[in-house]
Amino acid sequence: MKTEKNTIDRRSFLKSTALAGGGLMIGFSWLTSAKAASANAVVAPVELSGYIKIGADGVITLMAPNPEFGQNVKTSLPMLIAEELDIDWKKIVVEQAPHDRKYGGQFTGGSNGVRSAWRSLRTAGATARQMLIEAAAQIWGVPATEITTGAGVVYHKISGKSAPYGDLAAKAATLPTPTGLTLKGVKDFKVIGTSTKNVDGVKIATGKPLFTIDIKHEGMLIAMITHAPGFGLKLKSLDDMAARKMPGIKDIFTIDTYAEGTRVGGFNATTFNNLVVVVGNSTWEVMNAKKALKTEWEPMPGAVLESTVTQRQKMEEMSKQQVNAARKDGDPEAAFKSAAKVIERTYTAPFLAHNPMEPINFFANVTADKAELAGPLQAPGMIESAISARIGIPADKIDIQLTRMGGGFGRRAYSHYAVEAAVISQKMKAPIKLVYTREDDMTGGVYRPHYTATYRAALDANNNLIGFHVRGGGVPESAVAANRFPAGAVDNYLAESWTIRSNVTVGAFRAPGSNFIGGAEQSFLDEVAEAAGKDPIEFRLELLERARTKPVGQRNDYDAERYAGVLKLVKEKSNWGQSKPGISRGVAAYFCHNSYVAQVVDLVMVKNEPVIQKVYNAVDCGVVVNPIAAANLCEGGCVDAIGNALFGEMTIKDGRPEKSNFDKYRMIRHKEAPKAIEVHFVKSEKDPTGLGEPLFPPMFGALANALYKGTKKRFYQQPFNIKERLAEGKPAV
Amino acid sequence: MRNTTENEELKYYKSVALLSIICILANQENLFNNYQAINQRFHIMAAINLTVNGKKQTLNIDPNTPMLWVLRDHLNLVGAKYGCGIAACGACTVHLNGTAVRSCQLPVSAAAGSKITTIEGLSEKGDHPVQKAWIEHDVSQCGYCQAGQIMSAAALLKTTPKPTDEQIDNAMNGNICRCGTYLRIHAAIKTASKS
Ligand code: FES
Ligand code: FES
Repeated sequence: MKTEKNTIDRRSFLKSTALAGGGLMIGFSWLTSAKAASANAVVAPVELSGYIKIGADGVITLMAPNPEFGQNVKTSLPMLIAEELDIDWKKIVVEQAPHDRKYGGQFTGGSNGVRSAWRSLRTAGATARQMLIEAAAQIWGVPATEITTGAGVVYHKISGKSAPYGDLAAKAATLPTPTGLTLKGVKDFKVIGTSTKNVDGVKIATGKPLFTIDIKHEGMLIAMITHAPGFGLKLKSLDDMAARKMPGIKDIFTIDTYAEGTRVGGFNATTFNNLVVVVGNSTWEVMNAKKALKTEWEPMPGAVLESTVTQRQKMEEMSKQQVNAARKDGDPEAAFKSAAKVIERTYTAPFLAHNPMEPINFFANVTADKAELAGPLQAPGMIESAISARIGIPADKIDIQLTRMGGGFGRRAYSHYAVEAAVISQKMKAPIKLVYTREDDMTGGVYRPHYTATYRAALDANNNLIGFHVRGGGVPESAVAANRFPAGAVDNYLAESWTIRSNVTVGAFRAPGSNFIGGAEQSFLDEVAEAAGKDPIEFRLELLERARTKPVGQRNDYDAERYAGVLKLVKEKSNWGQSKPGISRGVAAYFCHNSYVAQVVDLVMVKNEPVIQKVYNAVDCGVVVNPIAAANLCEGGCVDAIGNALFGEMTIKDGRPEKSNFDKYRMIRHKEAPKAIEVHFVKSEKDPTGLGEPLFPPMFGALANALYKGTKKRFYQQPFNIKERLAEGKPAV
Repeated sequence: MRNTTENEELKYYKSVALLSIICILANQENLFNNYQAINQRFHIMAAINLTVNGKKQTLNIDPNTPMLWVLRDHLNLVGAKYGCGIAACGACTVHLNGTAVRSCQLPVSAAAGSKITTIEGLSEKGDHPVQKAWIEHDVSQCGYCQAGQIMSAAALLKTTPKPTDEQIDNAMNGNICRCGTYLRIHAAIKTASKS
């Protein structure tokens, strides 16, 4: 099979993300759903919109529109509805919405969940509340303006009348949808800003089936795949004689995920399009048969079998060449010529596998004229048409249920496995659950790109930063964000960006691009501050003051005041500047996904290994919807970043990913996590912004900067491999 | 094998299991895989008596089948999760006679005659002190690793009701959480140890 393209185009990612944000508003149709619901109001709970169902028994069901993968949207998004609907949170039921256009993009990613739903979901709550008030006003014959609500009850204080929402829902559903409602001010919030436990917390703690991998269906078979062991390889021969005879095996065949000629790119990207499929009765039987397959693989015509080492060499060559400027302010060349001091450092970071704890899996039951699908999907709206085209069933006959995901981190936005499952089910004429082994998952591509960046800073005789230059790129994407800090704070600035083509597939990974460039930039600024003889926080604050009062250029993508705000907050909370004997401290601050984060890491070195005593976080993400979950997500962002900084690495040799399971691919473990993490949110009335990603990038820098204090070595390469670096006794690169 | 008495057969499978575990402990993955391959060639089915969450049952099954898949595919207990299949992540943790074990590497034959407890059987009403603490601390993010974490924690508290930080670190180091909830896990264990 040939595809026109098998790398993932980040531009299409961004476009789709933007669509997902706007889609929710556009797809919001009250009238249709209210009318449809009123027809059978007697039997079913009344739908006051796609998001709210009210039973005559008073039970209120709120729909969680976006898929949940640990970022808490299944709890925090319904909280937005509840706030304006004015109900008792303890008495509601939250349901995960299936994939349906009426819920908009239903995209989980880009730290966009709360941000994009902020207005629409509160409006949904306010609208339903107003309809209930209107219903009461008509029934009681009183003006609607005299009616108030409280905890799911409508009151007319003057006459002493009251009625629970359940009694009014049927009437309310027949009324026209009010518009132009005023939403509550931040000061009046009762639900938003109140710590609310995860709605699935009890189910998780008691082991209830929540994930797709837990799905059972009558007559369901288990399917597993074998993909090529490397990029650029295709199947040469398959001997399934032994495997076919093994117990419980129903069939073995090969499939193409996408038909020949399908335009692949963006979220329908696939890594290994040609797959060997084994289908059988139970997981263990299929796993064994899969092991008994004898496969030979050969290079695709013209394919290069890449290796990390050769990629690195190419990257070094590219780093030396002048490339097109992504942004240029002033005269950087002259600034570097006239500089009293020039500092130049190069940073690199490897491919990373997402490794969500739940391996890829998907349920499909495709019959002659319809398809019932369920699975972990970050972007259900973006795979539906690909499934429809591949199995020849119109999209309106495809039902996609969204389950809780065992992590995603970007990986589950690339849902080729949904197509695979549908194709397999169609062929088997049976419901199937496709399950990847951990090995299939980890060697399955869609990695975080392989990045590098070279920074140069020019200081004048008074240690002022007069020039700044970043030239970065990667295989096959660049992480350079030309309009981010310190752009706007330096008169002479140059950002250059390049890429190298590759057949290794990559994709969005927690804080795409930022997950490398944030740490690199923040490590570099630490070194520049040191060279300038300045405190690293004061140095950054000086630059931010410059950007605030006299910004250079127009396109700076950050708010210098909020940026400085988190630095000041972390300075205060960590008692920065007070010496703590034996403790090595590092600081970093970054802006991405619309939120501002500053972090201080305190560590001690024990036997050449860091023991992280404490991490202080200062976060400005606007209004915090659910503090307990927000803090959890921030803690997780720190832990995940520390793990990836210290250990995360996927290497490739002759096209083949070299690590396939957690014995070789090191993940951070309990012992290595910080002993304590403090999260301080800036008090804000601004609209909420992202939290899933912004904590991740700066931690690489804060950790490297603390490690420098503790080891006298700078860490330029991820993973940091501290023990090896210290044991080598090499001077810092 | 079919002519042997059930007891002999059991003994045989137990030795298979023991050897498998030794292979894993000694990091002799290849040896372990070869050993499994040899066993699978026979496609032996055996009647195995199990006690899972207090319920006695007999399964006619390939005795090499890992307990994890017996639980998930045959007994409809899906709380224990598949994460790695090589005893490296802890997602599949259950109790074997009260001790935390990785069910992905525990052949069902090795569990015959022993008591298996899964997250579903940890408490009747979901109110084991560890479960309560987990809910109180709102530990979970995606939640996928948490059944394994809870089972490891519950086994620790059984033998060590008041664990030190270091004891918690050691007992929990085999359970990976990609979401990074380790601090809450740690705090929840401390809370549970006080109840
Ligand atoms: S699945 Fe058993 S330890 Fe990972
Ligand atoms: S909560 Fe997601 S892996 Fe632990």
